Amino acid sequence: MKVHPSFLVSDYLLWALVVAVLVYVVYVCKNRHLLESWSLIAKNSITMVAVVVFCFYFFICLLDSIHLRIDSKSYSRDQVSVLDLVLPSHMVQSETTYSAPLSQSLYVKSLLSDHAGNSYRGHALLLGNKARLSTKSLRIRQSLLILEGVIIGLALGLFCHILFLIIFSYKKNISIWSCFNNIWQGKTRFALKSFWLTMFGCFIVLSVMFLLSINYHVMGTTQVGVDVLYETLKSIRTGIVIGTFTTVFMLPFALVLGSMAGYFGSIYDDVIQYIYITLSSIPGVLLISAVILVMQVYINQHAELFPTVSMRADIRLIALCIVLGITSWATLCRLIRAETLKLKQMDYVAAAKTQGVKPISILFKHILPNVMHIVIITVVLDFSSLVLAEAVLSYVGVGVDPSTFSWGNMINSARLEMAREPVVWWPLLSAMLVMFGLVLSANLLADSVRDAFDPKH
Amino acid sequence: MISYIIRRIVYAIPIVIGVNIITFMLFFMVNTPDDMARMYLGDKHVTPSAISRWKHDQGYDLPLFYNSDASAIGHVTDTLFFNKSLDLFTFNFGSSSQGRDISHDIWQRMWPSLALAVPTLILGLMVNLSFALLIVLFKGSYIDTFFSIVTVIMMSISGLFYIIFGQYIFGKILMMVPISGYQDGLSSFRFLLLPVVIGVVGGIGMGVRWYRTIFLEEMQKDYVRTARSKGLPEFSVLFNHVLKNGSLPIVTGIVVIIPSLFLGSLIMESFFGIPGLGSYTLDAISQQDFNIVRVMVFIGTLLYILGLILTDIVYAFVDPRIKIGA
Repeated sequence: MKVHPSFLVSDYLLWALVVAVLVYVVYVCKNRHLLESWSLIAKNSITMVAVVVFCFYFFICLLDSIHLRIDSKSYSRDQVSVLDLVLPSHMVQSETTYSAPLSQSLYVKSLLSDHAGNSYRGHALLLGNKARLSTKSLRIRQSLLILEGVIIGLALGLFCHILFLIIFSYKKNISIWSCFNNIWQGKTRFALKSFWLTMFGCFIVLSVMFLLSINYHVMGTTQVGVDVLYETLKSIRTGIVIGTFTTVFMLPFALVLGSMAGYFGSIYDDVIQYIYITLSSIPGVLLISAVILVMQVYINQHAELFPTVSMRADIRLIALCIVLGITSWATLCRLIRAETLKLKQMDYVAAAKTQGVKPISILFKHILPNVMHIVIITVVLDFSSLVLAEAVLSYVGVGVDPSTFSWGNMINSARLEMAREPVVWWPLLSAMLVMFGLVLSANLLADSVRDAFDPKH
Repeated sequence: MISYIIRRIVYAIPIVIGVNIITFMLFFMVNTPDDMARMYLGDKHVTPSAISRWKHDQGYDLPLFYNSDASAIGHVTDTLFFNKSLDLFTFNFGSSSQGRDISHDIWQRMWPSLALAVPTLILGLMVNLSFALLIVLFKGSYIDTFFSIVTVIMMSISGLFYIIFGQYIFGKILMMVPISGYQDGLSSFRFLLLPVVIGVVGGIGMGVRWYRTIFLEEMQKDYVRTARSKGLPEFSVLFNHVLKNGSLPIVTGIVVIIPSLFLGSLIMESFFGIPGLGSYTLDAISQQDFNIVRVMVFIGTLLYILGLILTDIVYAFVDPRIKIGA
């Protein structure tokens, strides 16, 4: 068995983003005014919860962004990510069709044969279930697993907590016990109590899910037998990629053009304003659908450039990010232009001008750092609406590739499932819950980021 | 006033032309008629003659900008740009890939779209405004906290969920309203009830928060302090002063979307089977009917720009500080 990395374009971009974020963190630590704004965010307990939850999502996304190719027969798909390897193998395997959450057999009846060779119609057992159990004993088994998961989750959390306490108390030069007391009585500068409560919660949820997934499908399976929880977890990456890259792709254009329009004025201003008004007057969905249709034709014609299905899906995902960026950059550009107009009147800009500093370096040294708060607010604010937009676009059919795992695709198929008799509700519920968690934490985070950075609030 | 409106319209012309050129480039240069034919006829087993026949039937077998084979004025007029793109300005939309008259379709499908969009807008406005006023009136109390949490949660739920869940509960389980479909006339009420309610409920999260921010921003202004120091009760401060002044951004925010109401809502209409322009566009996208998509892009742009112009005019009417002549 040979393992070699095979990164997709969006993987490289995601890891580049991680590096950029780390660089920014270092930069923030060196600047006191930025550090103060950010620590304002860390003081709010609700925000702390949101941050922790968001980090868990992002962690799953990162695990899912290391793609490998394994030359062996056991994996049917061309590429696997580290997430596939970490998750229980039962989750990655496929059943034949629908099964309800935590059940031991399929949801629909099929033709079976018993030991004597007589065929009858019944619910076939799922993979990993050797004998049919009574509902009661099945539930008892699962409850024991849940209990086990809670204990393991608590243990994991405690381990991290103690590790943290040791390091923290060593650094602050206080005893471990008083450090513990400070945190749980809420006497710390940051909202560490809610931080650790959320950490424990996340650890427990993850370990319960993990233990249950070894033998059961926690959220059931889809029509083609894929584990719903697995599909939902894989969709996190799609959601986060769209939520972040859309803004990241448009940032350079909005920043450069917006500040140029504001600073140089006259003909630059007219041309740039014309460009963004024109682009923003095309209805968003229609522009996106036009570009995705065009992209589809391009991919079909240049099939040799994208040998695997996942590469094709990946390039479409990036195209979607770019076109979403085109439809939404006008707002940011307008804001930056207005802010630059204001900053241009500032004394320090006038001082730099009289000293003969070149306009380019004024833009980079004096204007750009001072419009950065708008950029940060926009990046965080847009995230949640973009994740929601992905779902809608995939429903319309101009979103991500149908082969990509995404909440939009899941909801799209859920529409028919809700009309089935008996109803199949778990894919919809699962997609909605996990998506809700991500969007809610992003929204809460966005609120406090805006409060911290927006001078108007 | 009239000269102001005329000037605003003149400003809009280069934008419309720009959009026209962009859509032309998207649909004819990046995505050539050959691609369209292949997309329409299928990727494989297509003979070149079938493609050229399709192109000829659709009128796509012309050069892009300049036709050297034609004579005199035909150099310019017998081109794709002239026939397909500039024709939009005369509201001659041609026919769809299936051969249906697009203008006729649009005219017919506009009314169901309006029947859905207008009540949603009005009801939504009323609901959002009342909640926002309630929150601002009880600022800092438990009602404020409660509604703030509820609106964040409502905002974080995907709109698709409201639709699917609403259809399931009210259409399938309770059977109060039909799940989807449409009829003309008064009986349309039955079909429109659920989508309107869902549209309003789905918009509460965003809308209430937006209006709340507007009102809270107004509340910090000096005239509010003056009114309070005069001893006015909070209720009348809110309704007589803040609501009046806050209505400026609200009115302009609504006026800009009024023309776009004609386009309808893509998602709502397709989920509820309402034969409006939204579902028309969606069908065109899924059938890859470039003619219709192109026309809808053009109309959408026109309506958006119309909205911008209307906003400016309304702004000038509502806010006496803005001098039109200047």
